[in-house]
Amino acid sequence: MNNSLASGLRRATPQLISLAVILFLNWLAFPGFFDLRIQDGRLFGSLIDVLNRGAPVMILAIGMTAVIASKGVDLSVGAVMAMAGAVAATMTVEGYPLMAVILTALAVGIACGLLNGFLVAVLDLQPIVATLILMVAGRGIAQLITEGVIVTFNDPGLIFFGTGSFLGLPMPIIIAALLAIAVILLMRRTALGLLIEAVGVNRSASSYAGINSKLLLIFVYTLSGFCAALAGIIAAADIRGADANNAGLWLELDAILAVVIGGTSLLGGRFSILMSVLGAIIIQAMNTGILISGFPPEYNLIVKAAVIIMILLAQSASFAGIGGLFVRAPSAAKKADAS
Amino acid sequence: MSNRLLPFYATLIICVLAYAICVFQFPNMFSTRVLGNLLTDNAFLGIAAVGMTFVILSGGIDLSVGSVIAFTGVLIAVLVGWYGVHPLTAFVIALTIATAFGAGMGAIIHYLDVPAFIVTLAGMFLARGMSFVITTESIPINHEFYTALQGLYYRMPGGGRLNFVGGVMVLVFLAGIVVAHFTKFGSYVYAIGGNRTSAELMGVPVGRTTIAIYALSGFLSGLSGIVFSLYTSAGYSLSAVGVELDTIAAVVIGGTLLTGGVGLVAGTFVGVIIQGIIQTYIVFDGTLSSWWTKIVVGFLLFAFIALQRLLVYLSSRKALAGEH
Repeated sequence: MNNSLASGLRRATPQLISLAVILFLNWLAFPGFFDLRIQDGRLFGSLIDVLNRGAPVMILAIGMTAVIASKGVDLSVGAVMAMAGAVAATMTVEGYPLMAVILTALAVGIACGLLNGFLVAVLDLQPIVATLILMVAGRGIAQLITEGVIVTFNDPGLIFFGTGSFLGLPMPIIIAALLAIAVILLMRRTALGLLIEAVGVNRSASSYAGINSKLLLIFVYTLSGFCAALAGIIAAADIRGADANNAGLWLELDAILAVVIGGTSLLGGRFSILMSVLGAIIIQAMNTGILISGFPPEYNLIVKAAVIIMILLAQSASFAGIGGLFVRAPSAAKKADAS
Repeated sequence: MSNRLLPFYATLIICVLAYAICVFQFPNMFSTRVLGNLLTDNAFLGIAAVGMTFVILSGGIDLSVGSVIAFTGVLIAVLVGWYGVHPLTAFVIALTIATAFGAGMGAIIHYLDVPAFIVTLAGMFLARGMSFVITTESIPINHEFYTALQGLYYRMPGGGRLNFVGGVMVLVFLAGIVVAHFTKFGSYVYAIGGNRTSAELMGVPVGRTTIAIYALSGFLSGLSGIVFSLYTSAGYSLSAVGVELDTIAAVVIGGTLLTGGVGLVAGTFVGVIIQGIIQTYIVFDGTLSSWWTKIVVGFLLFAFIALQRLLVYLSSRKALAGEH
């Protein structure tokens, strides 16, 4: 156990260092960055704010990690967020009980995930294309549900998911943490994670080895849809309304970025949910840092782009260092793809 | 081979049917005026879609298109409006930057061997961020050269006007067809998309071609940005959000296989026109909301991809049967 912890820490070194650097820069820009205080029985402070604001992307990144580990990608999560939020808000306004609202919104996400999984696993579509369909159509459907207006609600039960607190911590953090623990246990205490990695590395080989790759692929997209719906509920509860146009807009890209920063390869295979969550925290720490340091938010995207390019350079440099072994691997994977 | 053209024929038939249905319901849509508007309104989309066709034919993807359009528009507006540069000089500067930007992404994709998806994602953030940094305001462009260009049109029989921007789109499509089917570069693109490893073994300069493909996409996105600024007479950093999705949809609906290697530039033209027809129908109807465009486009995407899968499946079964 100690050994695996040590090796895990070693693998996480670049991410931990970058997080430390970003937090340090934030502290330089805003000396009160690490201040925490308790008010009305809950914690307040910039650090808590980073976690709280980052919770939706963390939740998305958890599902996205499984999808990317299976050598796929899910572009529809932003649109699914908008749909789940639209369903939750509309049903709340119509007076349905909280339980029914939450379950229906989650069911919408699961249904979207099943559709994506069906397209990828059964119809054998490229994941980018399969999920592009819902990415384009999903926002239209969300607007159909809200009938083109921003649906606002005042139900305290639903709002609690966005702005409530439990044990002094905001609800979004609690939900994200619980989900991360549950999914990590599911992946690592059973063989599920290993099987997903096998499918991601080589789908036909794992099928020959007796793995039901179709079912696994459908599972990862369903998990991603579920996570997206959960994030959608939190985002809607946070602003007490469902904005079909802007809810979850471009968050799919942030989620993919979080997974990539966490070190999971876009070519599938080994993954770490915890590292993806760390990636989401790094992204949010950057966003918050740019905001509180007084820089115009316009620099946000440029910093993000620079970070992606630096990660790509770091990854390819490590490839070159290890030598021919790893340079060969991607082209072999491409060959398998083409045939 | 004719099997591979089937998606294109299917798209063409759907396009004609969709137009026929529209004309049946709204006889006024059967006029060259509507046709002229179709070309003008979708000019920027069409020009960017030609670049995307080449990228997708080579088996890649370019997510930076919409951001580059916005960046070009803002850059030109600022150069013309704030610094008094002549629009033609501004065009040259903007096109050079957009082309270099695309070439840079192509070089990273090839030399670092990273997925095009993540590189162009970084490009998308970078270009959008740069236009935010230049200015977040919407800058109007008032220049007599712009007015002159906007006033140019060719009068079609029936009173329809083919505007300058519509004409540029038609020319870009014609040039795209020539480059794709009648030049060495075009056959290299198809070869890389078909199978990169065997293309490399056959002596296709993969690196140079990959860089050229993304440079072309950057150039056409820049041109699309110029056309967009002519269309709106302004540069705004938040414009053209999500245009990359519309162009990818147009390319796929046009029958190009997203795995690369199969497709036609002409198909993309039909894909753009189908999206335009859906929008025009919604405008004519007046009661439908604009989000139906997205739903119908999503459904069409699904239908065409399913059709392509079916054809690939059938042809692979035929090939197997032929071997035995």
